[in-house]
Amino acid sequence: MLSRTADNLYWLARYVERAEYLARILEATQRITAMPLAYVGETNEWASAVATAGCSGAFFAAHEEANEETVTEFLAFSTANPSSILNCFEVARSNARAIRTALTVEMWDAINTTWLELKRFGNRPQSRDEFARFLRWVQESSLRFDGSAYRTMLRNDAYWFSRIGVYIERADNTARILDVKYHLLLPEDEHIGGPLDYYQWAGILRSVSALTAYHWVYRESLKPWLVADLLILKDQLPRSLSSCYENLVQNLDRIANAYGRQGPAQRQARAVRTKLQNSRMEEIFGEGLHEFIGGFIADNNRLGEAIRQQYLA
Amino acid sequence: MPVRLAFDEMKGADGTVRPAYSELADWLKDIRPDTLDHRRQEAELLFRRIGITFAVYGEADAQERLIPFDVIPRILSAGEWDTLRRGLEQRVRALNMFLRDIYTRREVLRAGIVPDDLVFQNPVFRPEMNGQKVPHDIYVHIAGIDIVRVDADTFYVLEDNARTPSGVSYMLENREIMLRLFPELFARHRIAPVENYPDELLATLTSLAPDSAPGDPTVVLLTPGVYNSAYYEHSFLADKLGVELVEGRDLFVKGGVVYMRTTQGPKRVDVIYRRVDDDFLDPLAFRPDSGLGVAGLMSAYQAGNVTLANAVGTGIADDKAIYSYMPEILKFYLGEEPILKNVPTWRCREPDALAYVLDHLEELVVKEVHGSGGYGMLIGPTADKAQIASFRTKLKLDPKGFIAQPTLALSTCPTCVDAGVAPRHVDLRPFVLTGRDRIRIVPGGLTRVALKAGSLVVNSSQGGGTKDTWVLDR
Repeated sequence: MLSRTADNLYWLARYVERAEYLARILEATQRITAMPLAYVGETNEWASAVATAGCSGAFFAAHEEANEETVTEFLAFSTANPSSILNCFEVARSNARAIRTALTVEMWDAINTTWLELKRFGNRPQSRDEFARFLRWVQESSLRFDGSAYRTMLRNDAYWFSRIGVYIERADNTARILDVKYHLLLPEDEHIGGPLDYYQWAGILRSVSALTAYHWVYRESLKPWLVADLLILKDQLPRSLSSCYENLVQNLDRIANAYGRQGPAQRQARAVRTKLQNSRMEEIFGEGLHEFIGGFIADNNRLGEAIRQQYLA
Repeated sequence: MPVRLAFDEMKGADGTVRPAYSELADWLKDIRPDTLDHRRQEAELLFRRIGITFAVYGEADAQERLIPFDVIPRILSAGEWDTLRRGLEQRVRALNMFLRDIYTRREVLRAGIVPDDLVFQNPVFRPEMNGQKVPHDIYVHIAGIDIVRVDADTFYVLEDNARTPSGVSYMLENREIMLRLFPELFARHRIAPVENYPDELLATLTSLAPDSAPGDPTVVLLTPGVYNSAYYEHSFLADKLGVELVEGRDLFVKGGVVYMRTTQGPKRVDVIYRRVDDDFLDPLAFRPDSGLGVAGLMSAYQAGNVTLANAVGTGIADDKAIYSYMPEILKFYLGEEPILKNVPTWRCREPDALAYVLDHLEELVVKEVHGSGGYGMLIGPTADKAQIASFRTKLKLDPKGFIAQPTLALSTCPTCVDAGVAPRHVDLRPFVLTGRDRIRIVPGGLTRVALKAGSLVVNSSQGGGTKDTWVLDR
């Protein structure tokens, strides 16, 4: 398979996943900022949303203040922000077009229809209601694309590269939330927050669509250290770091088996997974949650680079 | 139109239906106009869906990119096709012998058949190919020969396309759509299939691998990329052939061998079906500003480690200036009479011919020697005084730049138009594949139809459409 084709498949999947993540962040932020201050405290949730999206530098170069208007515009519709939802779909679609025959008809229909429908929102939503509908639509579009890939693609290297794109992006996204919000997720004895933080924890869970999952897994009320446990170590949660690496190792192994050769990408993925498997929350808190997450993001980037060098260049 | 009454392929002047069309004529008589119209809409819908599938839909110009499709097929009898097939094989053999000669011994020039300056001063002549051995001595592997018909027995070659002829994807899709829309019509005829074209093409390309290639040669299709107007055809063909659709940046040359960048490391490439023009193939050999090509490709080609299909420099064989010499060229190499005639052509470079052309501009078609796509030509009978005057000036200034031909009454076929079914002018582009082992021609080709009443211009860029082409098996 051509490296360019694999590269396109990988980034196509990453951009679709990223668009969905941005929509979740914006949704969670909108919800939390709508609450009375007495419940959530005085924080700039919009600045935090920009940080979670990983584009504070570009944002503050273009805007002085992070507020609903500027952040919504920047993360959803800005053409200047290469990772806005609009640009994610734009890039995804042009990647898809360049490798049209490597996609199934269903995948192409999904991404092309999304791209066509995007024009409908081209003039920016006029109201919060309309914007909320837009965010729902983004998530549904991503689900449709993901589902059509899952249900229609041949299980060969094309599929595996596309899955790898999904999981590496997802791992990065979950880690970024943790990176920005780590101070809210400290263990019991260090925790000094009050009920104010409750809605923050719920917001975090919502941005990885895990609020209901939390209750099913732990069967108790929200505890910050358990939120961290769920997002980092719980295999059951599809957006946890652990689950992402389970899948990365699996898909990279399939490629290695098909090609008859292991490489740095497989070793890197396995090393990260082993680290996650051998970690317990107490130890992570002991070492420092922030340092742990920072290390993970760097590891994840290293894996991306290893995959690029080994297969996509 | 002040042209002779055109030959209609379905009906004679007295209204009798020709045998090949008898079933179709009956069917057309019985079918209700709204049924035909309904099928027509259905066909358009299917094409649009293919458009969706193949990436043009959704563009601002999507509507323009759909070439109109006519649901009434064009039919050729087995006998007619047999003549055509033999004529095409003969023509393409001559084209290949001519190219080999031009780039090596040049006997055709020494014998005085073709004037030297037409070759050496021609921008499509490639000095880089002088003395260059090409794998198996074949230059034109895929040819699209444009044929027009003027009466029951006369088919003319209008143009030889020996560079990167396109349109074969329409031939294949037109048939697929017709099979879906009119299964009953197919049951009433015995129609030679065309669906094996991709297999024949792959067999041809594989047979062309250079001797240094491994037993199982790797074939790729080289496209200029998504912004090329024929990109859809490139991706369609690569998909049907089961070969990689590569862009210049996917390939590189090392040690005189071409490789593609794959997820499993560099992979050797042996045959390149290239849909990129000569000029853009290799920035080191041709246009240095080309971002579409592969640096060093020509050196690998010259080292005999890769086959380019078609070869570099084939433009000299399909040039309009050379065209008029084709009957003599064919006789020179094969010692045979051409089975397919040339359209009678006045070479304006010859003083007598020029004088005749200037006297008869109102009735002739004048073409620029280096023009294509129906542009840069004068159709005398439909031109106004100003256009004729302007061509008169151009001709006097640069007679070598033009040829002239009589305005042909191209044959007509029944065609769906707003007012019902009416005759429209057609041409035919069969595709001729030349491999190491043999020549392969899928029966039929792409029929183009001028949809405007009286129009003789079938080019899709100027309001032409396409039809499915049926060759009867008996």
